[in-house]
Amino acid sequence: MNEPMTPSMIAFSPALRILPEILMTLTGVLVMLVEAVLKPRTSRKPLGIVAILGTLAAIAASVYQLFLPAGTAFFGTVQSDAFSVFFHLVIGCIVLVTLLISLDYFEGHTSFVGEYYALILFGATGMMLMTCSVELLMVFISLEISSISTYILAGYRKRSATSPEASIKYFLLGSFATAFFLYGIALCFGATGSTNLYEIAKGVADGASPLLLTVAFGMMLIGLGFKVSLAPFHVWTPDVYEGAPAPVVGLMSTAPKAAAFAVLLRIAYGAFGTAIHIWMPLVWIMAVLSMTIGNLGALTQRNVKRMLAYSSIAHAGYLLVAFTALAPMGIAAASFYTAAYAAMNVGAFGIISYLSGYNEARTSLSDFAGIARRHPVAAAAFAVFLISLIGIPFTAGFFGKFYVFTAAINSGNAWLAVLGLLNSGVAAFYYLRLLAQMYMVPVEPPREADTAHARPAFILAMAILVLAVFALGIFPGRILDLARAGAATFSGPANAASQTVPVALLRR
Amino acid sequence: MTVPIVWYLVLSAALFSIGVCGFLIKRNIITIFMSIELMLNAVNLAFVTFANHWHQVSGQIFVFFVMVVAAAEAAVGLAIIISLFRSRNTLNVDQIDLMKL
Repeated sequence: MNEPMTPSMIAFSPALRILPEILMTLTGVLVMLVEAVLKPRTSRKPLGIVAILGTLAAIAASVYQLFLPAGTAFFGTVQSDAFSVFFHLVIGCIVLVTLLISLDYFEGHTSFVGEYYALILFGATGMMLMTCSVELLMVFISLEISSISTYILAGYRKRSATSPEASIKYFLLGSFATAFFLYGIALCFGATGSTNLYEIAKGVADGASPLLLTVAFGMMLIGLGFKVSLAPFHVWTPDVYEGAPAPVVGLMSTAPKAAAFAVLLRIAYGAFGTAIHIWMPLVWIMAVLSMTIGNLGALTQRNVKRMLAYSSIAHAGYLLVAFTALAPMGIAAASFYTAAYAAMNVGAFGIISYLSGYNEARTSLSDFAGIARRHPVAAAAFAVFLISLIGIPFTAGFFGKFYVFTAAINSGNAWLAVLGLLNSGVAAFYYLRLLAQMYMVPVEPPREADTAHARPAFILAMAILVLAVFALGIFPGRILDLARAGAATFSGPANAASQTVPVALLRR
Repeated sequence: MTVPIVWYLVLSAALFSIGVCGFLIKRNIITIFMSIELMLNAVNLAFVTFANHWHQVSGQIFVFFVMVVAAAEAAVGLAIIISLFRSRNTLNVDQIDLMKL
């Protein structure tokens, strides 16, 4: 797509539009190369630190992109704007915290941990690229870059019996979903003659074959629904989350979902923005199903990782409620919710990885009895994340839900908000059951020696997350402004290309 | 005589449906994986057909990317299958049930 050339746009190279991705890729390659020459027995921690520095550089590069005028590059395939920067920052922060949690997790258990860091970096490259691509070809390639890395990461505890099983289930169902997504793209191409989102938007506005477009959107929704574990397509989630290593679950329950939701927002509001009647009923049904099935499923779970897996299905449902709201507010609410959800969920899985250790011997509900006495600080942090997942005021979860449901009510979907609130009530039960287990049940003498002890990197990661949960709940203003600026880029393809992001946003 | 475009699309939809059915009813992981490849190739056929219909080369370029990605996916998928077979000695999905739904 050709954007109108203004003097400020000629000056910089198109590579700046994908600067964070370039930095991530280079760091990943560097980590891979150094891994190859290190002796098998030496610690891989320095590689992890290199990965962390690379991620920090990518985050800084994303912030720098805010100062560029929004626009497309590389033949209209990628677009950097406030929306992409918002999701870049969310994904970058998730990766940063995951790397901090992982730094000591694999120590002494597996060799070749360098590949683990490289895979996380490559996966993050794909996820970041997803959020800034406005061409379905680009979306597809970046979706695969992110998926293939996470398939491998899910099976990283090779010696255990459950990890390869989690990996194969994730791989088969993920590829199945990709095929649906691709078929949707093909039908979209058939209906409009293009795979560029703006061209598709034109085709949709001109009334190109509504039947074909409906099927195309449905197929793409199925594909992305699998990736973000929305209700009829959620069956893989509990198994994969149970079998995969806990730090990886923290990553893959948030970052790829944030990216897939960003793609869904771009497709739904960007490309199909003039055909809301096509997708509104589908989204409505999936939102209700996800919330209900997720929360009812979580009630019966005895394994904490599976319980959080069902809770993540329910949270994907809450997020989808925001989609039924009208354009700018719904997009801002959905964007904010991904950030809030990421902070609390990565934290919850981080604490599980710390308490249950590499072999994940203790993940059932009864294993958490009396944890508050033995690990008071970790239990307090876990309590913060759980309270936020419930949605109690002054936490990120509360404000996220508040904003989503307000957006739904303002757009005339009060019933959906009511269903969401009822669901939140059900959800409170199983989170509180875990909290009660931690704080109320008397301490039993530990069955085996408790080897968990916190390392500085892990403490830093948890401190960041707890602060993020409270910051998003008490002072959401700045993040919300960025989310709103991102939503404003959807006001039209013409505006999106020429609009400059309010720089004052950062200086406030 | 030229074959109408609809025939290609029907063939593509049929291949895709066969792939979906194979994925759902087959019990061997390799066969399930082959069903997924069949679905991807059905999509490729649809892309080429639409590219011909719109006289746009971008649809055919898309097919190349799908092939490349499918190859990458196969490499990773087969590696995962090997690591699974090493730990379980079976490729039957009914026996890979340590974690119940």
